[in-house]
Formats: sequence, structure tokens, C-alpha cells
Amino acid sequence: MTKKRLTPPLTDADIENLEIGDQVLITGTIYTARDAAHKRLVELLDEGKELPVDLKGQIIYYVGPTPAKPGQVIGSAGPTTSYRMDPYAPKLLAIGLKAMIGKGSRSQEVKDAMKKYKGCYLAAVGGAAALIAKSIKKAEVIAYPELGPEAIRKLEVEDFPAIVVNDCKGGDLYEEGVKKYQK
Amino acid sequence: MREISVEKITRTVRDLCIEAACDLPQDVENLLRQAKEREESQFGRYSLEKIIENVELARQDTVPMCQDTGLAVIFVEIGQDVYIAGGNLVDAINEGVRQGYTDGYLRKSVVEDPVFNRKNTGDNTPAVIHTEIVPGDKLKIMVLPKGAGSENMGALKMLKPADGLKGVKEFVLKTVAEAGGNPCPPIVVGVGIGGTMEKATLLAKKALARKAGEHHPDPKYKELELELLEKINKLGIGPQGFGGRVTALAVHIESYPTHIATLPVAVNLNCHAARHKEAIL
Repeated sequence: MTKKRLTPPLTDADIENLEIGDQVLITGTIYTARDAAHKRLVELLDEGKELPVDLKGQIIYYVGPTPAKPGQVIGSAGPTTSYRMDPYAPKLLAIGLKAMIGKGSRSQEVKDAMKKYKGCYLAAVGGAAALIAKSIKKAEVIAYPELGPEAIRKLEVEDFPAIVVNDCKGGDLYEEGVKKYQK
Repeated sequence: MREISVEKITRTVRDLCIEAACDLPQDVENLLRQAKEREESQFGRYSLEKIIENVELARQDTVPMCQDTGLAVIFVEIGQDVYIAGGNLVDAINEGVRQGYTDGYLRKSVVEDPVFNRKNTGDNTPAVIHTEIVPGDKLKIMVLPKGAGSENMGALKMLKPADGLKGVKEFVLKTVAEAGGNPCPPIVVGVGIGGTMEKATLLAKKALARKAGEHHPDPKYKELELELLEKINKLGIGPQGFGGRVTALAVHIESYPTHIATLPVAVNLNCHAARHKEAIL
């Protein structure tokens, strides 16, 4: 596994530099959003309204954390299954979103949008939520607090670990990996 | 009649919810450690290392191993000589869930209505409760917090009797193959065979409450569990779907007599955080 560092905001060149199977360590600001928040973001886009956060060059992490215990920055915070965000992702890539972190495979439409708009999809280890939370240093709800775990949060992360599953050249680590080990 | 108070039931459910979320049962952990030893793919081994590290950390800090602390599925076996005193059982269980998910800082993931009002109930109630009256004067409570990532990948098929054993195998393998990396492999595969439509799905869920890796008492079904496990692990999905040798940790089958004209098969998948805790009162 080749290790690469990512520091958002990301550029086209940052994305072009990534290959499937790379291990990335992210440091800086990322945003959380899952089902309900995606629905609202895309509704705003469809109505031509401004989003509560500028997604240009940014990374969205598909997560709904557990509540923080006293003394914690955030509760357990592992990735949720990504395909539920597939209907919305291409529209966000089109306005400049550069990377998504989740788990599980994406639709062809999302993969095509990643090629077209130079984006990528990263997987964090599903279910390793207590461990992943250790790389989150700050968390702040910035939109839709009424959604509880589904609110949009701004996270400050340090060496957040993820693996490149889809790069902007059409590669897919899941497909390659399964092909290799299928008997 | 033996009397069991609703307060005792509430307290037990509360504690089991927190324990289940933070402390992976030893049977599942042992299988994960064995999986790490035999996994060949580098991404698979990496995932298993992180998963095991996470299990240890969650236990040590009493924090949830996964942020999806699930919908609380609760099986209650009530001895017919038990008298539940001081209130009603369903309220007592839901109060336990409410307290457990609040006091344990677990995520509340239940919405009020599936279609018309997907508003969070705020306390993870109501639980999904399955009760069964059994002989004796004990009350057994099993808590299975069920995450949606794996739950969404389940399936039911009403096979024809003519589809037989071959049909059963094909359906289980197809369900696991289509799920790919979504249910957070390595998974535990629960299979319910027989009964009626709802009976098969309930059996599949109950199969997940079994100690991971224990077998069906009937040697024919035990053999089927082993054969399915081997075939599933040849699918190549691997830990987290990155490709690899270990896609499933165990296959658990539960069976029941059925109608002359049917062969229901349900598959219910559980992620590697195959959480299950029980207590006998």
C-alpha cells in the first residue's frame, strides 16, 4: 500500500495523483453528511439556492456518529454504506466536491461522475468506529442540527486513514480485489 | 409462579444494550483473530487488524465499536410459570432500551414512521420485540442490536419444493455475492429454512443470536453450514469487500417443518460486529 497525504481543499491534480489501493492519510477539514442531509443539499441545488457549506474542493464523510461521552470530541464515527448516497453524489461532484469517504461499492453513475468531474471515492474500515474517532480532533455541527446524528458536521481530522477504492481513471479496487480472489 | 419485576427487566435490558454495543462477544472475536491469520490479501489483513484493534479499544474505553448501534432486536423467552409484576413487559423492555441508549451514549437510529414521517424518535424506541412462551420459570432476554448496513442486504425467497437443496444453496450464495462489501464483511450469515414466509425470516434472525461458529444439531444441516461457508469464502469478496479469502466467519442455519407445497428460505446477514448479549432472570 502506497501512503499518500491529502490536505483539503483538493485540486484536480491531487485527485489525478491517486491510484486505487493507495492508502491516504487526511489532515484538515472534512464535512459529514448522510441520507437526510444529502436529500436537503440536492433539493437546495435543484431550487438554485445556496448550500450551507461550500463544497468546492472538499471531502464529504458519510457518517452518523454516536453522541460524544463527556470528555470526548465525538462519539464512535465509522463510515456508513455509501450506495444510499448514489442518487445525490453526481450533483455534488458537479459543483466541485472532490472526495467521498464511506464503505461499499458505488453505482456506475457515480463512477462516471468521478471520471467526468475529477473526483474519487475512499473507503474507511466499516465498523472500526471507535478507532477512527481517534483521528477526529474537533467536531462542530454547522447545519441541520435537528437531524441529530444526520446533521452536517465540520470535522478537523489528523491522519484520518482511508483507502482509494475509485480513482478518477475508472479504477475500482472492489472489482479488482474480488476478481483476484474469486475461485 | 415465580415473580419477576418489570424494574428488573428494564435494568437488564438497559445493561445488555450498553454491553452489546461496546463489548464484542468472545466467540466472534476468536473467529476474527483466526480470520486474520489465514487472510491472504493485504487489504483484507489491514482491515482485520483495524477491526480487532477497534474491538479492543471499544471494550477498554466502553465506547460503541460501531457508530450504528442498531435497532434493538430483543428476543424474550418467557417461562410459562413466570409472573411479570408491576407493569407490562413491552413497556419495561422499551424503557430499558431508552435508558441503555441514553446512558450508554449510543446512537438513536429509529424513525417514527417508515414512509410518511421519518423523524427520529430520539431514544431508539420502539425495540423490535419477539416473545416466546417456553416451559419453566425463567425469563431469558437476548439483545441483538442490528445495524442497517447488514440488515439492508437480507433477502427472502419462497422456493418451490422442486428447487430443493440446490435451490437453497444457490439463493444463499447469490444473496451474499450481491451484498458484496456493503454488509461489512467478514459477516455472519443467518439462514432460516422452512415454516412460512414470516417464520423463515424470524429463524434467520434467531440464527444470528447463536454463538458464532456453533452448529445446527442435525448433522445434515451442520454439513450444509460448513459447505456454504466454504463456498461463500470462495466468492473472493473478502474483509470489507476489498477482495480476499475471508468473506464470512460463520453460517448459522435454523430449520422448521414446512407445508407440502413450499420451501421458504430467508437470509439475514450480520456484520463483523456481530453483537449479541443475553441474560437469564
